[in-house]
Amino acid sequence: MSLDRDTLLDIYTRTMKVARFDEKMRSLLMSGKLATIYYTMRGQELVTSAMMAALNQDDYLVTTYRGQHDQIAKGVPLDLLIAEIAGRATGTCKGKGGSMHITHPATGVMVTTGVVGSGLPIANGLALSSQNRKDGKVTVTCFGDGATNIGAFHEAMNMAQLYKLPVIFLCQNNRYGEHTAFADHTRVDSIVTRAAAYGMKGVKVDGNDAVAMYAAAKEAVDRARAGEGPTLIEAMCYRMMGHFFGADFSYMPPEHIEEMKAEDPLPKLNALMLEHQFTQAELDAIVAKLEAEIEAAVEFAFSSPFPDADEIRKDVFEEEIAA
Amino acid sequence: MSEAETLEAVAPRAKKPKQITMVQALNAAIDEAMAADEGVILLGEDVGAKQGGGVFKVSSGLTEKYGEHRIRATPISEQAIMGACVGAALTGMRPIAEIMLMNFVTVAMDQIVNHAAKLRFMSGGQTNVPMVIRTTTGVGVGFGGQHSDMLEAWFAHVPGLKIVTPSNAADARGLMRSAIECNDPVIFIENILCYGLKSDDPGTDYRVPLGQAAIAREGSDVSLITYGRTVLDALEVAETLAAESVSVEVIDLRTIAPFDEATVTASVRKTGRAVVLHEAVRAYGTGAEIASRLHESLFNELKAPVQRIGGAFSAVPMASVLEQAWIPKKEEIAAAIRTTMDWKR
Repeated sequence: MSLDRDTLLDIYTRTMKVARFDEKMRSLLMSGKLATIYYTMRGQELVTSAMMAALNQDDYLVTTYRGQHDQIAKGVPLDLLIAEIAGRATGTCKGKGGSMHITHPATGVMVTTGVVGSGLPIANGLALSSQNRKDGKVTVTCFGDGATNIGAFHEAMNMAQLYKLPVIFLCQNNRYGEHTAFADHTRVDSIVTRAAAYGMKGVKVDGNDAVAMYAAAKEAVDRARAGEGPTLIEAMCYRMMGHFFGADFSYMPPEHIEEMKAEDPLPKLNALMLEHQFTQAELDAIVAKLEAEIEAAVEFAFSSPFPDADEIRKDVFEEEIAA
Repeated sequence: MSEAETLEAVAPRAKKPKQITMVQALNAAIDEAMAADEGVILLGEDVGAKQGGGVFKVSSGLTEKYGEHRIRATPISEQAIMGACVGAALTGMRPIAEIMLMNFVTVAMDQIVNHAAKLRFMSGGQTNVPMVIRTTTGVGVGFGGQHSDMLEAWFAHVPGLKIVTPSNAADARGLMRSAIECNDPVIFIENILCYGLKSDDPGTDYRVPLGQAAIAREGSDVSLITYGRTVLDALEVAETLAAESVSVEVIDLRTIAPFDEATVTASVRKTGRAVVLHEAVRAYGTGAEIASRLHESLFNELKAPVQRIGGAFSAVPMASVLEQAWIPKKEEIAAAIRTTMDWKR
């Protein structure tokens, strides 16, 4: 299978937006201009871009604390996103959520959870709503390999298949659950084998291969939209840095580091684009435009006000808490 | 014919309001809400027609009316039930999660505490979670330590949750409608021992507003503040003490959190004495919060320190003799009231 040029360009643009955003965030954190917890997605940019390229804007997404790539690829505006990460009143969540709790229903980002595995049961509820309302929407929930050993994963997989919900479980298998390597937390070779336990369709795919990843995503989306039920996609990728920004990752063996460098999705995607008759100049122009957008977003975020202290009494309930 | 018999003959039963049990009241409220709003759905173990309409029959007849897509019988998966309700609620549906027994809510705490309660706040008000968590419990039927607990204090400590419990069938009907219509998550606690209680049927579209306590009996000497099944005990004790010329005002909170502080404070300001009573373990219970707030706001007006009565500090025991020793007793309630009456500064 090959990809048409529009889809490829779409995936490339989403991927590079994520990649340049991540670079910018790391540089802001390094320089001390930004002080917050940040979970870099370096190495996982392409997986999510190919997935989101197969969705409609109003499809639902539930992701996790390592989810900025998912949110950006889904379309959350960078200015609102960065303002939120920087704790500003203009952020997506008025500075009340932060990087681990990004919500932006306007682009379909319904929940970002800081609790491993908790997004899966919620994704079922969004999909159940779509099933009852027949609104044709598909829900995607992203999580890592580490989330597949928590009870919520198993309860949610069973329920999704039982009700044939229009939901896609996208496991971004980055081969580490926090500091623990896959083989040290799971005895089976592949997460995807677990799909069979629930009678669910499961697909294992190289998440760094744009063509294969998009094909897997598209098929799952089409099945869900056609009422054929959920899919578990195990997308193989690498987490190329520590658990959170600044965290040590010397526990990764040197051969693992060599392997992941060789599989870096960014140069691979660039090569694929050139194979498809895009010129490097065209690609560089796209990236330059994205960089300008990111700079403007950072400028917006840092020139925005901090939230008012009164905000702690708002949004607890519909009615404000008395002062 | 006596006068009463004559009246009965002239207007047979027409003037007698129909009686309903708490189970019928809950069923009626959910039925009405489902008829009024397609977004109201019910998820829970055994709730469908195939399973007999729920272990306590609260969803009896609803599958036949609204279909299996709206009455979803679930696997025994409390996290999945709760999460699905959270997700559906985020899209504007009004799901009801039935968790058969309150102790089983503990296996779904993450979805309730980290998600249902917090998503409105953490999203800066972009989303909200209009769901009801229905659950039943109760001490006195020998179910033992894992099927009897009242855990309302756990949830009262979490910003973003409302907690409701009816003491009678009419309130059950009105509170359930209000809970379903609330735009925030509501934990609705039902007491197994109250399911058979009958009230005059308040009729269709009846609502009891959340956050509003009821004066279950007026009095002038002591305010006895309680909720749920212990309201019945409180009323009995009040009747007994009336014979001793102690006038007890019984307040049924109905909404445990956030509670109706205005009504409670006004009552205690009037009586100058207060006893807080609940079935839940006394230590660290909601009674401590209520007593503390009364001491903070009315310290100079109180004629005695606020007394607290609650369950013993152990797991709920099975053997009847132990269970009865565990649960707050009417003699204890009366003694606490007398303590406040006899207090000398």
